[in-house]
Amino acid sequence: MPNPQLNAHGELTHLLTTEGLPRETIEHILDTAASFLEVSDRSVKKVPLLRGKSVFNLFFENSTRTRTTFEIAAKRLSADVINLDVARSSTAKGETLLDTVDNLVAMHADMFVVRHNASGAPYLIAEHLRRTGRSEVHVVNAGDGRHAHPTQGLLDMYTIRHYKRDFSQLRVAIVGDILHSRVARSDIHALKALGVPEIRAIGPQTLLPVAIEKMGVRIFHDLREGVRDCDVIIMLRLQNERMNGALLPSAREYFKCYGLTTEVLALAKPDAIVMHPGPMNRGVEIASDVADGAQSVILPQVTFGIAVRMAVMSILAGN
Amino acid sequence: MNKHTIHITGGRVIDPQRQFDQVADVYIDGDRIAAIGAAPAGFVATQTIDAQGCIVSPGFVDLSARLGGVEPELAAAVAGGITALACPPDTRPPLDEAGLVERIVRRGAALGLAHIYPLGALTQELGGEKLAELATLRKSGCIAFSQAQRPLIDTQVLLRAMQYAATVDVALHLQPQDHYLARDGVAHDGDVGSRLGLAGIPVCAETVAIATALQLAKATGVRLHLTRLSSAAGIALVREARRNGLAVSCDVGIHHLHLSEEDIGYFDSHARFTPPLRATSDRAALREAVAEGLAAICSDHTPVSEDGKQLPFGEAQPGATGLELLLPLTLRWAQECGVPLATALARITCDPATILGIETGTLAPGSRADLCIFDPEARWRVTPDTLRSQGKNTPFPGEEMCGQVRATLVGGRQVFGDSH
Repeated sequence: MPNPQLNAHGELTHLLTTEGLPRETIEHILDTAASFLEVSDRSVKKVPLLRGKSVFNLFFENSTRTRTTFEIAAKRLSADVINLDVARSSTAKGETLLDTVDNLVAMHADMFVVRHNASGAPYLIAEHLRRTGRSEVHVVNAGDGRHAHPTQGLLDMYTIRHYKRDFSQLRVAIVGDILHSRVARSDIHALKALGVPEIRAIGPQTLLPVAIEKMGVRIFHDLREGVRDCDVIIMLRLQNERMNGALLPSAREYFKCYGLTTEVLALAKPDAIVMHPGPMNRGVEIASDVADGAQSVILPQVTFGIAVRMAVMSILAGN
Repeated sequence: MNKHTIHITGGRVIDPQRQFDQVADVYIDGDRIAAIGAAPAGFVATQTIDAQGCIVSPGFVDLSARLGGVEPELAAAVAGGITALACPPDTRPPLDEAGLVERIVRRGAALGLAHIYPLGALTQELGGEKLAELATLRKSGCIAFSQAQRPLIDTQVLLRAMQYAATVDVALHLQPQDHYLARDGVAHDGDVGSRLGLAGIPVCAETVAIATALQLAKATGVRLHLTRLSSAAGIALVREARRNGLAVSCDVGIHHLHLSEEDIGYFDSHARFTPPLRATSDRAALREAVAEGLAAICSDHTPVSEDGKQLPFGEAQPGATGLELLLPLTLRWAQECGVPLATALARITCDPATILGIETGTLAPGSRADLCIFDPEARWRVTPDTLRSQGKNTPFPGEEMCGQVRATLVGGRQVFGDSH
């Protein structure tokens, strides 16, 4: 089966997942992102790499924050950005996903940034573009169902590299709702590719996917045991609708068992960093003093995220 | 009166039910098989079919085929060698009224292609709450009763349904999947689903439903058939129940004999099925169960339009076209697993006929002349053009298949094939 994110020459033409990305490709993206970081510090925050290109933000699921970061990244590359709130427009009128795509291609879209609540939706679009001979149009997966959120995964790698330099000795913990998390999956694949020797998945059985150990992680149900001696702790967001039901009894009990507090953080390495893809639930998965504390790198993640998304878009566009 | 008589010459005749397997001529008189081997006294053929190099088999019997359009699907059935098929009741509207059942039976009879044996709705509107009129529906032509893939959540209703079915003496065909455990799931709850972030349907959704059905069948004495098993653990439960003397039967969908969760690849919606394709170890257990005769094979034919498949995996309609792939996929399984041809054919002829309780699936003299003549070596490619069914949806697009039907006879009349 051909890898759908690579073109006939083996070059990255879409970014759909971090799974199967070679280490060199990830490093190239991170290096490119590093070069873009200073653009954001300039008074004129623009480079002309995507001038004249049209980037369509195609969000079938609402997410102001992620959409905004892609919009900023595209604009700093001088692209024309069109935001489509598809959740409330065409598809609501019965148009299919691929009809929407065909229409936008007819408007000469160069790149789609796609978020969809169904796992695999960006693959369907990429495959459709290939079949209809529009392989010059690129797709960036901005989060599909529970499957992948590759730019988040890559910005997490950027953050870890920024603070830890070397991946080869790290112990990384991912804590919380891994079952429903596209971020966790993208992080795990990227961490494996970069040679992290130990990845830990921490959570109650109700929030861990079956056979997750086959993705190369160690499972912990006890947070204290799980974070012990870790270099990096990635906290995941717990969705409101999952707090009270059959998955978990309450947000209060979740915080008691899996909330990251200063006391728990003290069990990790003294220089451990704390990450979170946002938006945070303070007092549910993370205590405020940890979120705002010296070891938190949650806001730098956001800054790096712009540079990483600029890097991805410019590489896909052939720069 | 001039009766239609057919002489089939030179074919290798395989009648799995009677363990008959030799090159012989077949003589058909009217709608019955008159003799095999030597011609009956005074037999004069009005039609001769040359079957040299071909297998002459009882027509195939399909335990479950959805008919979108009745006419094209029945034409596809006979093109695939299928001479009798059971259709599930989840039509629109569902088959819960005698009039609806009579209409489909009449329609089938008028077309004169494969025989249709409707499965009646077990509950009104398949709602899982109130019993349908089983006795009346049986009289209008229902061969057995089923919920299709609709949930029957209330176990007390299921118990009552089984008691009532036992009273009326009709069989129940249940597709075992616990509604709650399967809720929101779109793929096997295993390695692939976890990696791709597809909501899982755990194996226990099947085993819990099987265990419940077996207990209630034991308590009520109903004739129970479990259709489209997907897991090794499910097969083990049925095997154990049979060992303990319960007369339960089961079948496996033809695609589940060949595919596993791995075939989802990069979210290929053609690999979406209900029940889901499971682990390769499950597939191995299904293959073994069919080989040993614990389970029959069904096509689970489900035509889905291109629009229904051109969607993200979890939103796509499950199912695949199956009528015309039943034979080649059965042959492929037999070859891959070293199963003798006659044994393989039993799984799509006499075994399902016995499960349905219909007098077909055999070549015994005196029985209805439902036959299929196929070339086991002929190769063809699966394309939208080679499939007669309106369902072009297949996980085997462009693949070469081995085994092609040359002629199909239903009730002594050739309904498919060259000289037709």
